[in-house]
Formats: sequence, structure tokens, C-alpha cells
Amino acid sequence: MSAHQHAPHAAGEPHGHGDHEGGAAHGTYASYLLGFGLSVVLTAIPFWLVMAHVLPNETTGYVIMAFAAIQIVVHMILFLHLDSKSEAGWNMMALAFTVVVLVITLSGSLWVMYNMNTNMMPMSVEDMRQMP
Amino acid sequence: MSADTMTANGDAQIAFYDLDEHDHPEGGSTLLGFWIYLMSDCLIFAMLFATYGVLGHSYAGGPGPRQLFELPLVALNTAMLLFSSITYGFAMLAMNQNKAGQTQLWLFVTALFGIAFLTIELTEFASLIHEGATPQRSAFLSSFFTLVGTHGLHVTFGLIWLFTLMVQIATKGLIPANRRRLMCLSLFWHFLDVIWIGVFTFVYLMGMLR
Repeated sequence: MSAHQHAPHAAGEPHGHGDHEGGAAHGTYASYLLGFGLSVVLTAIPFWLVMAHVLPNETTGYVIMAFAAIQIVVHMILFLHLDSKSEAGWNMMALAFTVVVLVITLSGSLWVMYNMNTNMMPMSVEDMRQMP
Repeated sequence: MSADTMTANGDAQIAFYDLDEHDHPEGGSTLLGFWIYLMSDCLIFAMLFATYGVLGHSYAGGPGPRQLFELPLVALNTAMLLFSSITYGFAMLAMNQNKAGQTQLWLFVTALFGIAFLTIELTEFASLIHEGATPQRSAFLSSFFTLVGTHGLHVTFGLIWLFTLMVQIATKGLIPANRRRLMCLSLFWHFLDVIWIGVFTFVYLMGMLR
């Protein structure tokens, strides 16, 4: 049985899911405008950094990755209305699972393939001709 | 558990469990299901990003990102998608206030920005292919076209969905089913914007830094 015990109901009274904390939260004009403003700033700065060559290339790379991460969080909260309460926390659980798989996939692929590239013996044209 | 119920004196039945079924309103779990679909879609994009990460440096003697990408165009494209996100947000706010006409108007504006995004992207693809930078040219270009093309395809289907919904709202109004559909498309549309953040950062901006 479900964990939440309902108080005895009058017979025939339909009790739907309306009493659950379900669905995603709704935004307001203020939250949408805040999200939009933040995204514009968080998009404009990386483009400016790259187009104007303000910082050394490597630093720029890390900085724009940080900006992307922040912007993704901003979009998740202000546009997708994600919080720990929506759909009784299942949205967040699904997202957490996805992020774990995503990190494993991305870092694993890049790591393994980088090592393959650097550690494989370079093959000369002569070697290729003698391949079975 | 039924044994306890039976031993209780006949007329006063003790409810150890919900006797009447939970009423599951139609579509009550649609949004959660749709969110899980989006997460699986996220994994598709993760694979494509990983592929691009691995193959993105294999130019096969062909052109690289520096020669191909035009950042002002990408910035314009990003702006189109951002504008479409906020206008979709306004459509949702109008929907919450039960204003069907205003919802339709904002949906239409969203569609215009979406079409502008697709047009700019297709123009970019066309000019790349015209320059000889086709998907067949190198592993870098294959993975680039697959990743960005898949995103573009998602936007295309989002637009088809959006126009379908506009017709449905026009004929049936803001009925609960249509509201649910609008909320699903809202998730989809904003999700595509999140994917685009990854695309412009990792593909275009990082590409120019090489």
C-alpha cells in the first residue's frame, strides 16, 4: 500500500492527485525576465571573450565552460522550473541519474579515446601495406 | 491483511487500506513521463557530444573550425533561440491567465524566432557545403553535422508540434488537455535551449580557440 495514509473519506468522494504536490511550478513575469536577462549576460560574455581575444586561449576555455555550466543551471531553475519538490522529487531524481550517466559517458569516451590516440603505435604506409 | 478486516465485527469495517481506488486523472503523470523522455533525449545528445569530442580534432587535412565558423552568425542564432525561449515563457503565463488569444500570439512569435533560427542554421550549412566542407570531408565535419543537425531536427519537430498546438487551441480553446500539451512543449523548447548552450560553447566557441 502507499505510504501516505489518507484520512477516512466520505464514501464515493473522489480524491484525485490534486492534493499531491504535483506538476512543475509556474513561473512569473519576473522570473522569466530574470532568466532572460541572466542568459543574455551569460551568453554575451563568452562570445565577447572569444571574439575579442581578451584572455589567453586556455584560460578562456575554462572560463566559457564555467559560464555554460552556470547558464544551464539558470535555465533549469528559471525556465524549466526544476526544484526538488516538482513531481514529488522524481524530476530531480531522473535528472541526477542522467547527469551521472552523462559524466561517465563524456569523461569515459574522451579519456579512453585520448589514451588510444596517444598510445597506439603510429602506422607507416609501409606497415599498412603489409597488413593482413 | 484481509484477515484483520474480517475479524472486526461485521458492520464496522476497518479500512487498513484505501478501499476506493485512487482517481488517476487523465494525463496526471504525463509531465513526469515527458521529463523522463527529455532525460533520455539528453543521453542521445551526450553521445553526440562525446563523438564530437573524440573526432572533433580529426580534420583529415581539411578545413578546421577557425576557417569555417562565423561567430557573429552563431551569436545571432543564439539570440534567436533565447528570444524564442522568453516568448514561449510569455505564452505559458498567458495560458495561466486563461487568455487564449494572447497565448496564440506569443506562440506565433515563438514560432517566428524558431523559424529564424532554422533559416540561419540552414544557411550556415548550405554555405559550408558550398565551400566543400561537407559531412563526408572529415570526421570533424561528420560529427559536427550530426550533432548540430540533430539539434536542428529537434527544433524542426518542436515547430511542427507548436503549429499543431496552435490549431488545437484555435479549435478547442485552452482545455486541460491542451494546457498539458503546452506544458510538455514548454519543457521541450526550453530543453533545446539548454542543449544549444552546450553546442555554442563546446562546438563553436571552443572550436575558435584551437
